[in-house]
Amino acid sequence: MSKKTYTLSVFTENKVGLLNRITAMFTRQHINIDSIAASESEIDGIHRYTIVVTESEHAVEKLVKQIEKQVDVLKAFFHEEEETVYQEIALYKLPASITQELGFFEGLIRKHNIRIISIEKDFLVLEKTGHRKETQELLELLQPLGLLEFVRSGRVAITKPMATLESYLI
Amino acid sequence: MTELITKIRGAEAVIKCLKEENTEYIFGYPGGAIMPIYDALYDYPEINHVLSRHEQGAIHAAQGYARASGKTGVVFATSGPGATNLITGIADAMIDSTPLVCITGQVASQLLGTDAFQEIDIISISMPVTKWNFQVTNAEEIPEVLAKAFYIASSGRPGPVLIDITKDAQFALADFTYEKCTKIRSYKPVPTVSTDAVNEAAALINAAKKPFLIFGQGIILSGAEQELKTLIEKTGIPAAWTILGLSALETAHPLNVGMLGMHGNYAPNVLTNECDLLIAVGMRFDDRVTGNLNSYAKQAKIVHFDIDPAEINKNVKADVAVLGDAKASLTMLIEAVDKNNHGEWLAKFRSLEAKEIEKVQQKDLYPGEGPISMAEVIRVVNEQTAGEAIVVTDVGQHQMVTCRYAKFKNTRSKITSGGLGTMGFCLPAALGAKLGAPDKTVVAVIGDGGFQMTIQELGTLFQTGANVKILILNNEFLGMVRQWQELFFEKRYSFTEMSNPNFVQIAKGYGISGKTVRERADLESAVTEMLQHPASYLLEVMVGKEDNVFPMVPTGASVSEVKLGPE
Repeated sequence: MSKKTYTLSVFTENKVGLLNRITAMFTRQHINIDSIAASESEIDGIHRYTIVVTESEHAVEKLVKQIEKQVDVLKAFFHEEEETVYQEIALYKLPASITQELGFFEGLIRKHNIRIISIEKDFLVLEKTGHRKETQELLELLQPLGLLEFVRSGRVAITKPMATLESYLI
Repeated sequence: MTELITKIRGAEAVIKCLKEENTEYIFGYPGGAIMPIYDALYDYPEINHVLSRHEQGAIHAAQGYARASGKTGVVFATSGPGATNLITGIADAMIDSTPLVCITGQVASQLLGTDAFQEIDIISISMPVTKWNFQVTNAEEIPEVLAKAFYIASSGRPGPVLIDITKDAQFALADFTYEKCTKIRSYKPVPTVSTDAVNEAAALINAAKKPFLIFGQGIILSGAEQELKTLIEKTGIPAAWTILGLSALETAHPLNVGMLGMHGNYAPNVLTNECDLLIAVGMRFDDRVTGNLNSYAKQAKIVHFDIDPAEINKNVKADVAVLGDAKASLTMLIEAVDKNNHGEWLAKFRSLEAKEIEKVQQKDLYPGEGPISMAEVIRVVNEQTAGEAIVVTDVGQHQMVTCRYAKFKNTRSKITSGGLGTMGFCLPAALGAKLGAPDKTVVAVIGDGGFQMTIQELGTLFQTGANVKILILNNEFLGMVRQWQELFFEKRYSFTEMSNPNFVQIAKGYGISGKTVRERADLESAVTEMLQHPASYLLEVMVGKEDNVFPMVPTGASVSEVKLGPE
């Protein structure tokens, strides 16, 4: 079966150790986590995990059922790329010398919609949000310019279907 | 001042919770980190405590108790090794859907994470094998957490729950009010049965020419034995069972066509690949039942009834899935199906059965000469217990033989470690079963290998005085592994032969009478003596050393390729 990228949205009670219980499901089924992000949801006391995997639909369906079976999990969904609006954030630390070349830095900032987060004596930190492809492009562009550090967050995603979480809580 | 008087220690709150849940028996083993709870228990003689000889024995006993009685088993163990010794039993209860509440002591909360004496992170260790677990560090939480524990363990698809309580929470004073848990917002244990799904299933059943029903423990867990019987009698559909479904339908029922799977009966395996509709109820299409999935019932439409949504389409894709409690679903289904009979189709099962009787069963049950066979021992037990006994087994050849040949009239009469295949399960589970069903004769059928894995529980039997009939089928081999070595590893018997001690002498040391039978002529009277003995009794029967269990579906083969012999 062909593998695709799926975004899992898992809504849970806020309990110690629950992440462990959820990731154990991936381990058991031998599925690698591409990225994971945890945060609060729109409802007080309910957390949401956004987990990205590359797998066959059948494997993801089984995985999501096993996750949803956990007592403290309220609901788990999985969606294909087209059904989600998602974003990632990346930070790039560069030597301050990058600003020396006349015009280049300004062009870079404008073209890639970059925010400058911090300017120090020796380095500056740039931020770019977008899809992985976009943050990756910028990474590749900056690497030859003496990139000092790079970090990218897990995906956060909102699904397009309109059912509200509350409708599952009755 | 008055406030102090109304507060009780966390340890006492634990015992009060157990009383609220009508706990009759605790199976456990004390130790440092659970001492306050044991101290509190000392003041509650109305709750019985069974002191095992190893924590694994305690949990298997609780499993046997739960399986025989339908109630939730309760287990106590201390921190560290006490808790880790429970893991095999917890895993066994998880895969066999047995309701348990395990309470472990833990080091004081300020010591957590410091590698303190007997500290182990049992929450993380038990996570993949518990339905739910929770660490209590505050005495105030105890009533609510234990109420949740009992609710989660016993509702929906049952399973084991572990509650780890730090020593300081056991000592601390807290208010006590108990309210049974009936709802958790993130947990929907029993899906509502969809009328549409039932009607779709009924339409397939009404149209089918060769329908075949297969059932598992879900029938027993939901108490749907009568509904199952009514359904098959109304529709005339032949029914076969997984080993955990055994005893849900009396073995002598005319529509009971036997056991499924690797060592199951010939007819149900072969005809799985000939039916036009396979109706699975409360079973999970385990690999030991299905054989090779690529050639499993491909010609048939599949209807799957289960309470656990995660089981639907897990191994076998269902054409119609009916989620919900088996009793509720079958009650609706009975109304929706037409009265029917499938005499010709049933006759096909019976004619294949005749072939199995001729080629396998006759010589298994009545060998006449040569060493005693396991099957003939079970036949003699059948004859003398008339299908009224609870039969508990361990794991291996004797287990398969017992499942194949034991006769049952009543539900919850067969207790065995199905999913995990835990050797050493039987002896403690039989003790628990006897306490859970005190009016029943309990026969523990065990191999010589498995008996020695929890042989220390003879001490528990001795101390409780419970009456368990221990029947050891001794072939001086780890028989099932030896059988595989014979069939698939060119008879290279790598470390499967056993030099055994004198089991009768050992039992005697525990005050348990016993006897060894080597001759066929002595078998019947020895079984009678065992059954009529007023207390526990150990009967060791020396059986054929290199007997094999057939039929057999070899690993990777299709169920319809089930073999009647080694050739």
